[in-house]
Amino acid sequence: MERILFGDNQFFAVNHISDEKSRAQAIKFKDDSAIIKVLDDAMAAGINTFMCTTHDRIANICDVIRDNPKKYKDFKIYPCMPYAHKYANAVTELGIVGTLKQYVPGNFFGSLFKGGVAYINKDFISIMELLVDAEMKMFKGINTPVIFLQNVITDLLLGLGMNELLIAFAKHVESKYNAEAGFITMNLPKLLSVLEEGGIKNPIICASINKVNFRMSGGKELYEEVLKQGRCRVIAMQVLGGGAIPPKEALEYVANLPNVESILFGASSKQNIQNTVETIKYHDNQRVLVE
Amino acid sequence: MLKVALIGAGKMGISHLSILGAHPDVEIVGVCDTSKIVSDVLEKYSGFSCYTDYLKMVDTTKPDAVFVAVPTKFHYKMVKDLLDRNIHVFSEKPFCLNPTESNELFLLAKKKGLVNQVGYHNKFVGTFQEVKKLVKEGFIGEPQHFLGEAYGPVVIKKKSETWRSDPNEGGGCLMDYASHVIDLINDILSPINSCKGAMLKSIYSKQVDDAVYALVGIESGTTGVISVNWSDETYRKMSTSVTIIGSKGKIVSDANELKVYFKSDEHPKGYSKGWNVKYVTDLTEEVNFYLRGEEYSSQIDYFVKAVQGEVPNTVNTFESAWKTDLSISIIKNNSK
Ligand SMILES: NC(=O)c1ccc[n+]([C@@H]2O[C@H](COP(=O)([O-])OP(=O)(O)OC[C@H]3O[C@@H](n4cnc5c(N)ncnc54)[C@H](O)[C@@H]3O)[C@@H](O)[C@H]2O)c1
Repeated sequence: MERILFGDNQFFAVNHISDEKSRAQAIKFKDDSAIIKVLDDAMAAGINTFMCTTHDRIANICDVIRDNPKKYKDFKIYPCMPYAHKYANAVTELGIVGTLKQYVPGNFFGSLFKGGVAYINKDFISIMELLVDAEMKMFKGINTPVIFLQNVITDLLLGLGMNELLIAFAKHVESKYNAEAGFITMNLPKLLSVLEEGGIKNPIICASINKVNFRMSGGKELYEEVLKQGRCRVIAMQVLGGGAIPPKEALEYVANLPNVESILFGASSKQNIQNTVETIKYHDNQRVLVE
Repeated sequence: MLKVALIGAGKMGISHLSILGAHPDVEIVGVCDTSKIVSDVLEKYSGFSCYTDYLKMVDTTKPDAVFVAVPTKFHYKMVKDLLDRNIHVFSEKPFCLNPTESNELFLLAKKKGLVNQVGYHNKFVGTFQEVKKLVKEGFIGEPQHFLGEAYGPVVIKKKSETWRSDPNEGGGCLMDYASHVIDLINDILSPINSCKGAMLKSIYSKQVDDAVYALVGIESGTTGVISVNWSDETYRKMSTSVTIIGSKGKIVSDANELKVYFKSDEHPKGYSKGWNVKYVTDLTEEVNFYLRGEEYSSQIDYFVKAVQGEVPNTVNTFESAWKTDLSISIIKNNSK
């Protein structure tokens, strides 16, 4: 994985600290061209990996990438699925069976009607695989070396003890897409043990890691301890602690943590992208000098 | 280990179940849901003992406490059955379909000395907790006017019917959505006990209201406005906010950001005269297991601790939820 990954929250009005900022972002990124422009700024700053939700609008971005193969030759996407709001809304409206009917592709429902509900339960893992395939459709022809499960789902399954499904996700992504599975979580220490027990060695985990203990369940000390052990490849996200820490200070902290392979960040302006990249590079160089 | 069971593993119930599943002091002894697909999947992949009949579940598994997360119309009967069996109860909101039922349950829980809590999770949000503190300690002076708002994209087109579109089952924006705001105002200021006029409007729904606009008065005498609309697609998810204007200052807060203005140098420590901004991240305690917002984990943790006798059972009690049901019925009656 590259040292710096570019995220997509800013494009979809996801702002953890201010509804007003969310609205401003929704206005700014109303048109897909505004998103593409920022992605190009990120590329110009040397970032070639875009980590994004399987939001409907990402499909349009994928079209642009496919239409410009030369320009995006080295560009990679790390899809993060599912876009949970879509399913939550569907369950409210259609119920669970109705939602499955709507989103599980292919001929599955022939079998569903034959086998009835019993069929769904026996083969829940196949349903999960079909849902993954449906979400992956938009990325056809694009390089997606790592495919992530969103934290809402990872952590939901983790709490429910549905470890088997987490492992099944990893296996499917590997066998069908020749990609590695990644897991986004707010509970890194707990998740890591579960994945290891399930036979996944050195998993890719993207977690909230910051100086102020924001969304680091179990606490910062425990996280630092786990990081030292080097048992997983970590992507640090929410490094600004939801905006609570000044960027320079925030980046200095994560850039100097052991075994953090990548840092994920999002920004809407060229200036902020450049500053972030430069700051991370500066600390990386300092560290190399010291070592 | 506290023995806990859940009734209703739908959208809300499954979230409670996951947080409970990760809780170090909790053992999940049973899950009840009438949907076969839900209980089969939970049985197979989580290994929970699943039931379709809640009475059979509690009589077999003998839980210390039960979480009730079924559609609202079932709350009354189920909670009553649980209290009768001396079981501590966490119920989802709104508490009951009418205040008579909720009053009965509040008195029953009190008489039996059982721990009781309702899922108004906003009370566990750092910004709203801080707003309450600023108001109660008098830092914005005498409240003169308030505005309680919530907007979100729940019903944004004509939809197929679910329990949410049936007024007899606790559907509609007033009961399902505005209840959060009403409960918050009741808690931060004092309970809404009069209504000078209310409009319940349908936008997409046939049988229920999609928006609530009301002029209300509270026990302490102040008046304010409730403005709630669940058919506003310009919001990505529910956004709840309160504005309180007082003789010494003004507060504007949502779940993320608290803005407060102090007219003079009389302000609490950590603030200054004029505008101040605090973020929920500065006001939130870390939780042991995070699923979808610290408040969802904290409210469960608080309930567990209350059953264990480690904290007083004073937040989101049946009594406060009864008062919220009462406020809801006052607004409803004035809209006719
Ligand atoms: N605190 C919040 O913000 C919040 C959010 C959503 C829902 N809620 C409340 O939670 C409750 C449930 O809402 P939901 O959105 O999860 O609904 P839902 O329809 O998704 O889930 C309800 C579940 O209860 C099951 N059920 C129905 N009748 C049953 C019975 N007699 N015995 C056992 N199980 C039964 C259903 O099969 C379903 O799985 C409601 O009171 C709602 O107002 C609160």
